[in-house]
Amino acid sequence: MNSDSLTRAFLILIRRDLMLAVRHRAEMANPILFFVLVTSLFPLGIGANPALLQAVAPGVIWVAALLAALLSIENVFRSDFEDGSLEQYLLSSHPVSVLVLAKITAHWLITGLPLLLISPLLGILLGLPVDAIKVLFITLLLGTPVLSLIGAVGVALTVGLRKGGMILSLLVLPLYIPVLIFASSAVDTAAAGLPVTAHLSLIAALLLLALSLSPFATAAALRVSLS
Amino acid sequence: MTQIKNTAALAAHALECIRDDRMLFSHLEFRLEPGSALVLEGRNGSGKTSLLRILCGIRLPDGGSVTWGDTAIDKLGPDYLMHMAYVGHRDGVKLDLTPLENLAMARALGMPNEITLEDALEKVDLAGFEDVLTRNLSAGQQRRLALARLLVTDTSLWILDEPFTSLDVHGISVIEELLDAHTTAGGMIAVTSHHAVNLQNTTVQRINLST
Amino acid sequence: MFNNFFHRMASPKHFYGLAGILIPWLAVPCLLLTVAGLYYGLVKAPPDYQQGDSYRIMFIHVPAAWMSLFIYIVMAGAGAIGLIWRIKLAEVVAISSAPIGASFTFLALVTGSIWGKPMWGTWWVWDARLTSELILLFLYLGVIALNNAIDDKRTAARAVAILALVGVINIPIIHYSVEWWNTLHQGPTVTKFDKPSIHLSMLIPLLLMAVAFKLYYAFVVLMRARCEVLERERNSGWVKELAEKT
Repeated sequence: MNSDSLTRAFLILIRRDLMLAVRHRAEMANPILFFVLVTSLFPLGIGANPALLQAVAPGVIWVAALLAALLSIENVFRSDFEDGSLEQYLLSSHPVSVLVLAKITAHWLITGLPLLLISPLLGILLGLPVDAIKVLFITLLLGTPVLSLIGAVGVALTVGLRKGGMILSLLVLPLYIPVLIFASSAVDTAAAGLPVTAHLSLIAALLLLALSLSPFATAAALRVSLS
Repeated sequence: MTQIKNTAALAAHALECIRDDRMLFSHLEFRLEPGSALVLEGRNGSGKTSLLRILCGIRLPDGGSVTWGDTAIDKLGPDYLMHMAYVGHRDGVKLDLTPLENLAMARALGMPNEITLEDALEKVDLAGFEDVLTRNLSAGQQRRLALARLLVTDTSLWILDEPFTSLDVHGISVIEELLDAHTTAGGMIAVTSHHAVNLQNTTVQRINLST
Repeated sequence: MFNNFFHRMASPKHFYGLAGILIPWLAVPCLLLTVAGLYYGLVKAPPDYQQGDSYRIMFIHVPAAWMSLFIYIVMAGAGAIGLIWRIKLAEVVAISSAPIGASFTFLALVTGSIWGKPMWGTWWVWDARLTSELILLFLYLGVIALNNAIDDKRTAARAVAILALVGVINIPIIHYSVEWWNTLHQGPTVTKFDKPSIHLSMLIPLLLMAVAFKLYYAFVVLMRARCEVLERERNSGWVKELAEKT
């Protein structure tokens, strides 16, 4: 198999998943709505004191993003598992890790990108200064792919289970913690007017690590789940 | 029909399968040569599906090995997978895509051959349904679409689990013709079926897993 | 000859017998070392000039924390061996280690909390090490939950091995990020566990307890592994013979 056909397969798979998402357009709104709703619960829960909201905003928005990502990542393999397409990836002559990467990329475009685009609105809702909103955007740009990549391993391990969703959170949330820490502190630091290159480099490093390891771990996990 | 160039044979050596504490089969040996077919028979639960999945490499055997051209399939990896295609219980097609889109995906995942996608659909009697959402096809039509996947990649070994499910008499004969043509051209087939599998021009090996 | 030795080692039946012999040889020294360690730690070691007598819980907390990490690494390593070379015994050791590791983690958390109470006045503080231990506990619980969720034991072992390997790569990252997080959010009180400056009379009990805990892990994992082996091999000849004898 040459790299030409591999690239073609990669792109066709992404395109196919995007087409499928568009044919279920209504469902694409769910992660965004969840993200906005959860974030809005906090002022209701802890009071609308602007200084308090601004102080908790980075953590709150990022926790909401984590939960929205967790909720939607289950779908990355579920429908393929149910109609038998998933085992076809394992039987393809192309490396499964590349096909998996295509699936995750498509999934991020469908669920992660919208979160990213709506985040400035949430920053405004909680009173973040403009500089902090810019950094929030960048942390989500770098961080949500990491969430998709890590989440994919968890989904691959549990896709064959009847109640897989329950233990998915247990498997995946602890692994999300480093991204949460670096991202929310980046936004915090930006709100204080300080430079954030160190924080962003750390998130970028996590992204590179996840990009290089997650497809293989996910492929291995899929083989186990489908055997 | 173009002759298939592959000369490698599929062979099972001392194959063993355990499920839910039961030994489904053990010391299973067979050799499948190009141009012939293997029909697996046995009661429900006798391990036919498990055996097919072991032959695909999706499931690991509990003992023994499967070889392709005398090399173990787990060592060959893609060099084995590029020669085989599998249609299992589930169709492996997306309901929200059209037949053409589904076949395009199937072709992209394997080694493409020369036939056009429209011709492939015609061969399984789905001409005219190219742009209908698969969801709107009948169960028999969806099954035939699943089998059409076999026609769009360049494979010599076809592994089929109950291919005739949901098919009417006409559908069954259409598919049997395709299977016959495949073996005549030098391909090989491993199939399980509750229906009798009538292949006129093929040497057929039968293995019954219930014994 | 070596090959033959490894082959026999990897055989569940021989493991069962060998482990049965080893267990008392590990358990008795463990008990003795524990008694010695506790004696030196609770009785002989002098009170710390800063923390008084309350620091003594460290002789359980610190070795427990070491074990929690050590066992996770062994579990991931055994899982990897089981995954790559498909050795049943490696799978068994990995699965048997998880609850032991989780228990040590829990012990570290509880003793850490007890250690902190006199210092901070509260039962819990988001100290870097305690937080890392808490996350490690979740990682262990994830492994245990995944193992229980999958019916087929061999499939479960493979899945757990992948999860443990993903976890082991993440542990340094989590540890570093939590340390970093902790320095950012330093509360008004100092929240680091200041180990008292280590005097020899404190080092000895610490090391005695560390070795005692290792021996504890060793004999308990062998006990659990023997049970696991019996369950997995329950249809084989030697297990049926064993069952008829008892």
